[in-house]
Amino acid sequence: MDLFSKLMGKDVPSSKNVAKERLRLVLVHDRSNVSPQLLECLKEDMLKVIANYMEIDKNGTEVSLNTRREICRPGSPTSPSSRFIV
Amino acid sequence: MGEVIVITSGKGGVGKTTTTANIGTALASMGYKVVLLDTDIGLRNLDVVMGLENRIVYDLVDAANGHCRLKQALIRDKRFEHLVLLPAAQTKDKTAVTVDQMKKLCRELKEEFDYVLIDCPAGIEQGFRNAIAGAEKAVVVTTPEVAAVRDADRIIGLLEASELKNPRLIINRIRPVMVKKGDMMDINDMIDILAIDLLGVVPEDESIVVSTNRGEPAVLDANSWAGRAYRNIARRIAGEHVPLISLELEETLFGKLKKLLGFRS
Repeated sequence: MDLFSKLMGKDVPSSKNVAKERLRLVLVHDRSNVSPQLLECLKEDMLKVIANYMEIDKNGTEVSLNTRREICRPGSPTSPSSRFIV
Repeated sequence: MGEVIVITSGKGGVGKTTTTANIGTALASMGYKVVLLDTDIGLRNLDVVMGLENRIVYDLVDAANGHCRLKQALIRDKRFEHLVLLPAAQTKDKTAVTVDQMKKLCRELKEEFDYVLIDCPAGIEQGFRNAIAGAEKAVVVTTPEVAAVRDADRIIGLLEASELKNPRLIINRIRPVMVKKGDMMDINDMIDILAIDLLGVVPEDESIVVSTNRGEPAVLDANSWAGRAYRNIARRIAGEHVPLISLELEETLFGKLKKLLGFRS
């Protein structure tokens, strides 16, 4: 499989990157304490409001929720790399 | 006056008990007075990892409830005079002690010892709340797996909400070969996601299984790679500046040959 995809020149993402991506998504939910259903409703409502003012293609829109660490975890560093103990 | 440090992870099986035993033993070998506190009531294991399971008479619940004097419940280690264990009770459950009892216990122990290391049970319920109640500092253990990192993130949030600011991270069971292949998250990936200080990295090492079989912490084995990593962690806890150990494996003859012939992975 590995050799095959290499021969075909396909770029399969390494499993670590898949893990990181999945973790990022799951932690957004965990940290915000918001259920996926609630997030879906929020997204629908936001699109509805925007649709009142402009024409949008609902299928072509992407809504993403980002949290900043210092907001969800008070007192945490913004730049952890500056405080490493190595 | 000593320092009370809780070793926690959220998820079970990532190496909290092994970490507690090894850091404690390493600190004791450096000359510090250390007490190891097993708070996993009902599922105690620190005693077997330390090889002290045959010496238990009284336990944490007895000491907390005043069924014995605190000193009577402390089991002295075979190897180091200033290393003792306060074992968890095996026949009770997590509700057998209260948060206030734990706080009192920690206050008393830190008068006597330089380091009070608390082995926290898995989970975020009463056992966790008891374990962190008397702690002043926290260490979070994780492995490079999605489930362990997710739980570590949750624990970090709970610790910070409980006024245990700036917990430090130990990444356990890292496999350099898999990291190199891109099949395991590396140190920076996890620091990136969890955004806390790194205390140390412990490589996956078969000698941990052997040392646990024998009831002798790996830090006592001069040849153990994981043991060396734990000794470094102990020195960092004591305030020394110790660089991370190199996780690069020695290049094999076959690898050298491949490189020589022009095959690069």
